[in-house]
This record gives sequence, C-alpha cells and structure tokens, in this order.
Amino acid sequence: MMARTSERTTARSGRTVLVTGVSRFLGSSLAGRLAAVPEVDRVIGVDATLPDDAARRRLGEAEFVRVDIRNPLIGKVIEGAGVTCVVHASASIAPVAAAVRTMTKEMNVLGTMQLLAACQRTASVDAVVVRSTSAVYGGSPKDPAVFTEDTAPRAAPPTGPARDAADIEGYVRSFARRRPDVRVAVPRLAEIIGPTVRTPLTRYFSLTPAVPVPLGYDPRVQFVHEQDAVDLLEHLTLGTFAGPLNVAGDGVMTLHQAIRRAGRVALPLPMPAMDAVSTALKMARVGGFSTQQLRLLASGPVLDTTRLRTVAGFTCRYTTRQAFDDFARTIAPALSPAAVRRAEVWATGLLGVRPEQDTDPRLTGVRDPVPVTSRGDGELVEP
Amino acid sequence: MSDVIPGADAGTLAAADLAAADLAAADLAVDLAGPTDAGDAPGWQRTLSDLAAFLRRRLTGDYEIDDFGYDQDFAETLMLPPLRWLFEKWFRVQTIGIENVPLDGGALLVANHSGTIAVDAAMAAVAVHDEHPQRRPLRILGADFVFNTPVLGPLARKAGHTLACTADAERLLTAGELVAVFPEGFKGVGKPFSQRYKLQRFGRGGFVSAALRTGAPIVPVSIVGAEEIYPLIGDIKPLARALGLPYFPVTPTFPWLGPLGAIPLPSKWLIEFGEPIPTDGYPEGAAEDPMVVFNLTDRVRETIQQTLYRLLLRRGHPFLG
Repeated sequence: MMARTSERTTARSGRTVLVTGVSRFLGSSLAGRLAAVPEVDRVIGVDATLPDDAARRRLGEAEFVRVDIRNPLIGKVIEGAGVTCVVHASASIAPVAAAVRTMTKEMNVLGTMQLLAACQRTASVDAVVVRSTSAVYGGSPKDPAVFTEDTAPRAAPPTGPARDAADIEGYVRSFARRRPDVRVAVPRLAEIIGPTVRTPLTRYFSLTPAVPVPLGYDPRVQFVHEQDAVDLLEHLTLGTFAGPLNVAGDGVMTLHQAIRRAGRVALPLPMPAMDAVSTALKMARVGGFSTQQLRLLASGPVLDTTRLRTVAGFTCRYTTRQAFDDFARTIAPALSPAAVRRAEVWATGLLGVRPEQDTDPRLTGVRDPVPVTSRGDGELVEP
Repeated sequence: MSDVIPGADAGTLAAADLAAADLAAADLAVDLAGPTDAGDAPGWQRTLSDLAAFLRRRLTGDYEIDDFGYDQDFAETLMLPPLRWLFEKWFRVQTIGIENVPLDGGALLVANHSGTIAVDAAMAAVAVHDEHPQRRPLRILGADFVFNTPVLGPLARKAGHTLACTADAERLLTAGELVAVFPEGFKGVGKPFSQRYKLQRFGRGGFVSAALRTGAPIVPVSIVGAEEIYPLIGDIKPLARALGLPYFPVTPTFPWLGPLGAIPLPSKWLIEFGEPIPTDGYPEGAAEDPMVVFNLTDRVRETIQQTLYRLLLRRGHPFLG
C-alpha cells in the first residue's frame, strides 16, 4: 500500500479521497464512482471486512485497504496517502440484528471518533463528509410534522441507533469546531431503498403475505433511492456544501401504503406482540425484522428538503414512492395490483355496474409493453 | 390547541384504517354518501363503481398523501360522509359568510372552542369543505394529545390536521392552505356549561404571530351550538388524572347512560365566518412586537365574542332554532 502511495504522489498532487465501509453498497458504489472522476486522483476504500465480489465490481478503479476504522492504523493510512477528503459512508448504518447491537454501536460511535481523531491530526484533510440519518430528529408527537435542518427535536433519542447517530453528529460538530478550516458536510439520509440494497427494512417489507405493523399507528415514511444516495455523496464530496443536510426523495407515504404497494397485507399487532413475532420469525429463520428498526420507522420524521435543492443544488431523481416502487418490483407480490383490478372488474360485473377506469401506472406497466390491440385478457379492457 | 375528531366517529372509523376492514366501513360510507354524491351518472351505479375503485386504490396503495399525511382520498370517502350527516341532519348547521374564506391562498381561521369533545372542529371542517366554492380542506391545528393517541392520531393526520406549533402553522400557511386554530384549547372545550359562550383566554397569541409572519389574513369564526351537545356539569379530576385525560366529563347523560351518553344532544348550530383581518400591512418584525400581537389577538377575540352574542339572539331556542 505504502509503495503505491509514493508512486502516485510523485505523479500528480490533487485530490485523494478516502471512503469508509466499502464492503457495503453505498461505500463501494461511491468509491467506484469517484475513482472514475477526472478531478479525483486517487480513491482509497477502507473496511474491516473484505468486500464480496459484487462490492469489488462496484469499487472499480478504487483501491482497497483492509483496515478497521477503530484501529489507530487508519490515521497512518490517511496521513500516508495525503488524503484530502474523507467520506465516512459507514457511519450510522442500520444494525443487521439486535444481537449485534453492541458491535454496531462500537463500529459506529467509536469508529467515527477514531476516524475524526485521525482527520484532525492530518493537515492535508480539507473536507469531511459524514453520513448521518434522519433518525437524529427522534420524532416525538410533540415535534412538528416536518423537520428542517434547524429544527431542534423536543427530546433527544434516548437509546438505540438513533442515539448513536445523534452522538456521532455531536462528535462531528466538535471536530468542525477544532478544525474550522475543514469543510464538514453531514447528510441526514432517509431510509435508503432500491433494488440492490438489503437492509433490515427491505427484509421487513419482503415478509409475505402479511407484514406486521404497530396497531393503531400509521406513520409517515420517506425513502431515498440507493442511486440518489450515491449521487448525493459524490456531489457532496466534490462540491462545496458544508453543514447538515436533509436528504429524502420528494413526497411521503404511510407505512400501510408502502406495505400495500409492495403487494402485501398489513397485519396490525400491538407493539409487545411485535417483539414475539420478530423473535419467532428469527427462530424460524424466515428473515425476520428488528422491532427497534420498526420503532425508529414508526417515529420517523418527515424531512424538509428545501436546502438540498436550493443550497446544495442537488435533486433526487426518484421520489419517495418511485424509490419504493423500484424496490417493490424486485419482490414477488402476494397481492398484485392486477389481481386487485381483476377482482374489482369481477365484483362490479356481478353488481351489473361499469368499473371505473383504472389509472394506476403499475397496471399498464405490468399489462403490456405493446399497444392496446394486443391485450391478452379481455377483462382488463376499459369500457 | 384543540383535539380534532369526536371520539364517537373516531371509534367507527378506527376499523377502517385496517385494510381488511376497509370493506365493512366503506359500506357504511355508501349509505351515508348516497344522496350527496349523486352526480352526473345514475346514482347508485356510480356510487358502487366509485366504491370498488376506492377499495382497489386502498388495497394497492394507489393514493397520494402530502407531507403532513393528508390523505384526500381517504378523508373525502370515509371520514367526511358520517360527519356530513351530523352536520346536515343532526345539528342542522347553518353557515354564514363563507365568502369571507378566501378562494385561494393561505388564511388562518380562528374559532371559539366548546362542546366537551371537539365536534366543533370537525363541523368547521365540513362547513369549509362543503360550503366553500373551491371545496377547500381545512387544516386544523390540534393538541399533541391527539397525535399521541393510537387510531385517533393517524386518523387526524389523514384528515389533514397537525400539531399546534408555530413551525407547522407557518409551513401550512406558506403553502397556501386554510389553517384553523382554536386558541382557547382545553380551557374552551372543557369549560362548564354555566360558562357557555364566554370566551376563555386566547393562549399567548402564537397564532397571530404565525399569521403576521406569513402575511395570511385572519378569519374570525364563531360557532354557536356546540356548547349544548354535551353540557358539562362536572369533572371527575382523579379519574382524568388516572386516564391521562385533560378532564373527565360528567354530563346529564354521561357516564350515567353508558355508551348512550356519548350521543351528542341535537342542538341547532350556526357557524359564521367573519370578515378577514389583513395581516400584511404591518412593518417588518411586527410578529415579534408583543403590542401588535396582543392588540390583534384582542381584536380577533372581541370580534368572535360579539358575533357569538349576536348569533345566540338570532338562533333563539338552543334545540329548535
């Protein structure tokens, strides 16, 4: 690694970017993307584990260094390569399961502290991007319905990943105070979703045919598409934006609506029962979901993304709904829109009334890429 | 500063939120919506195909909500019809001065609050939606207790209501919505029957600041009739504390008659929308000037109080009208 460093630095002095968490989707995609950008001379991807084949492909031209960010060795990597920009893409990642909670906390909070300490010591670092999450807003019923970057939540999240994210942002703020010459951007991302990423949330929405939901609640949810997330981190790495930044696809859905759009049926259960269901599913090895993650989602705040568009100059290509639909088409629906439409046509037929015209674009998409004449089943022909 | 949906209606609608129960609840909606929804096509056929399409949209998640969770499809199909029945048949609400509610753009409707359960808020929403030429939705600012309550909270969000806080009020007004606020809050809705039609303290004037900052006109709304629906003759404070409620009402029928006591008395209602008070002529920073805010608050409060006295004379008998 060191040998290559000297080679490169003699060749050209420019931007060197270090990206953390490259065994995961966001880190590896970002590193690969940055490596293809002409203004960036060198991209170093780090992670404690080896990236799998898919992640390796996404990494492309970027170099990989196996180093745990909790290890002071990370400082040597940053200093030795003369890194100018550090992108902490693995901060505030969702825990894979409740059992590894302590592990996640360790990685997230202590890893970030160690990384920031290394950045503080290295004079060449002039920009730091730390991925954060919308969970930092907590989201109590006493909070406003929509959060801007400046809205102070009523209550700091007491425990769990949300608390970790809030702690991490605290460390980032003190780092920014100690190194005022460094540009610090903190994107607060809504839940990332898409056809490629697998998160506790995508596993939750993949439960079939019924998805448990908290009884009596229907929280609003927002998503950001995986490609938008990568684009945004690239934009922030190469751009000039500093400060916290809300990131979410336009629009809002409710949890029930998302479940229905995934072609599933919501199964309302009281919160205590959710824990039991979660455990049972885990024991049956049917994927399962984490209730903690669900609680987070249930209290999930809605983000105001005005600053994203106007100040940071970034527009998400996918709305919340489009992002979710892009994920939903990768899982087989238990109850497809076409089946519901057939039931509607059948039921209205029984009653002797004409069904209303259907404008759901998913149906026309599912039905045929070919024009009207070649429609297979006569049932779906409009009146 | 008020809760939003009367408990009784929330109860019947609660089941509707669940996909499986959409069917049963929607049947109810058809019966009630029948006469009002009769449009161009043959009435019942149209209603049935509308209903089938509604069910399909719900089951497949094919509907839009805004940032606050306002679900127009749900609110107009399932929530408004039963409230409309109460509005037209039970309370025989007479609306006066709807032309004072702007055709477009933001406006802050400020109303008196009464009736033990906030039925008046729901009726104001029906009045604005049904009587206004643009059929505008009314976005009511409610107490946090509403949004904290299971079933009721999500329903209030679907109906387009949100927490009474400056951030939400200003966001809605800036977006050009009609926002309603009940500055008396629990002091108004939970006051004893002997205090009827006497306006309580108007909070700290937060609503006036929000209107000043966004330049939205203030429309004073006076509601007569809600005081008589559940005449509050007592409050069991220990029980209220135990249940975490702001008060535990005792009326001539509740809790003595059990669930029957939850039926509101059929008083005759009048809702008057007063002339809009402009807020855009003030100098910069007026929203931070307590004198301006207090004066405007007093002016709105006085207008509503005077209108209430006038409407009471006009109504005559509380039940026969």
